[in-house]
Amino acid sequence: MSSKKTTVPFAGTKEQEEALKKIIAENKDQKGALMPVMQKAQDIYGYLPIEVQTMIADGMGIPLEKVYGVSTFYSQFALNPKGKYQISVCLGTACYVKGSGDVYAKIEEILGIKGGECTPDGKFSLDACRCVGACGLAPVMMINDEVYGRLKPDDVKGILDQFN
Amino acid sequence: METINITINGMAVEAPKGSTILQAAKSAGIDIPTLCYLKEINEIGACRICMVEADEGRGARLVASCVYPITEGMKVYTNTPKVIDYRKKTLQLILSDHDKKCLSCVRSGKCELQKLCHDFGVDDENKYAGVANEFEIDCSAAHMVRDNNKCINCRRCIAACEKTQGIGVIGANNRGFITEISSPFGMGLGETACVCCGQCIAVCPTGAIYEKSDVDKIMAAIADPTKHVVVQTAPAVRAALGEPFGIPMGTGVEGKMAAALRRIGFEKVFDTDFAADVTIMEEATELLGRVTNGGVLPMITSCSPGWIKFCEHYYPDQLAHLSSCKSPQQMFGGILKTYYAEKMGWDSKDIVSVSVMPCTAKKFEIGRDDMSAAGVPDLDYTMTTRELARLIERCGIDFKNLPDEAFDDPMGESTGAAVIFGATGGVMEAALRTAVWKLTGETNDSPLEFKEVRGVEGIKEATYEVAGLKVKVAVASGLSNARIIMDKIRAGEADYTFVEIMACPGGCVNGGGQPQVPASVRNFTDIRAERAKALYNYDENMPRRKSHENESVKKLYAEYFGEPNSHRAHEVLHTTYVERKIHEI
Repeated sequence: MSSKKTTVPFAGTKEQEEALKKIIAENKDQKGALMPVMQKAQDIYGYLPIEVQTMIADGMGIPLEKVYGVSTFYSQFALNPKGKYQISVCLGTACYVKGSGDVYAKIEEILGIKGGECTPDGKFSLDACRCVGACGLAPVMMINDEVYGRLKPDDVKGILDQFN
Repeated sequence: METINITINGMAVEAPKGSTILQAAKSAGIDIPTLCYLKEINEIGACRICMVEADEGRGARLVASCVYPITEGMKVYTNTPKVIDYRKKTLQLILSDHDKKCLSCVRSGKCELQKLCHDFGVDDENKYAGVANEFEIDCSAAHMVRDNNKCINCRRCIAACEKTQGIGVIGANNRGFITEISSPFGMGLGETACVCCGQCIAVCPTGAIYEKSDVDKIMAAIADPTKHVVVQTAPAVRAALGEPFGIPMGTGVEGKMAAALRRIGFEKVFDTDFAADVTIMEEATELLGRVTNGGVLPMITSCSPGWIKFCEHYYPDQLAHLSSCKSPQQMFGGILKTYYAEKMGWDSKDIVSVSVMPCTAKKFEIGRDDMSAAGVPDLDYTMTTRELARLIERCGIDFKNLPDEAFDDPMGESTGAAVIFGATGGVMEAALRTAVWKLTGETNDSPLEFKEVRGVEGIKEATYEVAGLKVKVAVASGLSNARIIMDKIRAGEADYTFVEIMACPGGCVNGGGQPQVPASVRNFTDIRAERAKALYNYDENMPRRKSHENESVKKLYAEYFGEPNSHRAHEVLHTTYVERKIHEI
């Protein structure tokens, strides 16, 4: 089966683990506590990799699948960390008809990751977004706070190279 | 009991307060079709097949009858054109994302979705053709395949795994159109702490989950003149094999089963019941040994490979409680390839040892370490009751009209104690029959029936005074019940001497390899009790009902093992366990 585990090595600290254990202990016996515990875990770690979800499952005495099912149902939960450079490509209507889908595919190809994932070195993460309010520049993408407009797939490599 | 009066299709119906429309209709003899609904474990109203029109004074509205409670004066209509059309459209929408390779599907002819489409006249199965999911097929587990392209997301398998068995290694992942029933983080089922019980297969309405099959390899071995292909059949198989051929549930078909296996071409048709009697000789001796020598108590039975794998994953710190006895299937294979091979002058390498089991975990068990008494695996292949039924059809055997035939000698002889191994409490009762006989001076009038441990309740307890000794026993079936007992043992709060645990609710009669029973029957019949009746019937009518009275078993000990738990018996009939984890990360 194709693994959905993150490609980025887990680097959780003892402090983070202690903080999570405390949250679990406080919430464990309350009904419906899973969502808030997962939200707080994401606050601590930034995302919910298998290592963190396993700690939640074991701590709360529920199957790992229960945690994973919730984490893949709600878009607020991330299974992968965000990169140092967070790329979001607009797949909203205007950008999409102007070819942002091809730009997105090109980035996936160059970085070797899928949308929602992060490169193993932790440098780039890729997500799709819906409209950044710059439709006049379509197709548009953002890298952290910087906007790049009127893109063609061939522009992508040069832009990414600036961050190397 | 407070009751409520309603009408269904114009007919007056009185039903208990709190009933759903589905229950009230059933009590009046009106069947409403269902798909996702499983009584008590999956009452989620998700599939929308059970929709009916209900009028509570504000006009008729479509409601899901499986979860909608009846109210006084309610008028229900189950077959209006609106209802029929709604169900038909729902089925067509399900089919829009369904792999419709029905011709070759393992479930064809017995598929609940197929039957509904037929019943509701779904003439255009591609009406809502569009984008369809293409899911990867999961073959990673030893015992089964999951093909989500045939899954309808009814969640019946999840309910069986999580609620009945208390395991939860599968669940609904992702959201909306791409929702998929799978294991966390894209793990194959074989990478999880799945115990291979197959209860998910037993409740699946379609062909999305099915056992891995070695039937073609078995048939190839039968056709090979250099091989001796020998088959054994578990107690519970005879209690259910008739069902796919239209024989009523609860009818024992031992004689026809033996006849069918002979016609398929097995050289020897033997009975796992023989090895069940051997199991009692070994297990009762081990138990008495532990009691007298201060061994680890309670001792827990080890016949159910789903239970064993569960214990290894979830209670690895409690393995010392497990009896070291192999399961009857494995004991049989061991005896076949040592004692019987010697007797017949066969090379153990030329024997192909096959079993028919009500169980999918047996497919995992045959590949375990320490299961090769003769230096070659005790078992080569195992098939489920379902696979045997399909093979009988493939071989053109008219099962219903077969004569009753007997098993071959000597490993076909058995007692009443052995045949009840297939029901919850049966191993306990069989062991008590021999243990009490031993403790009370080996007299012929030692007690025979221990009815306290019979019945389908998930957990049973009883205490017996035997020769001044207090013997407290417990019996659990279904792994969520096993968990309750194991938590007590782990906490040191259990004062049992002997515990029987079977992975499947009701024991092997309701095993994951038994013929699938559609929800329309399953929700209103206790399969466990019906099938168990067949076994207790056999027991009552057996000339010998205590394992130690089996003449062929006596001969086996006299000629080969010496006595139970001897050195040689340990080499052939006993095994070891391994600590496993819940997560492998």
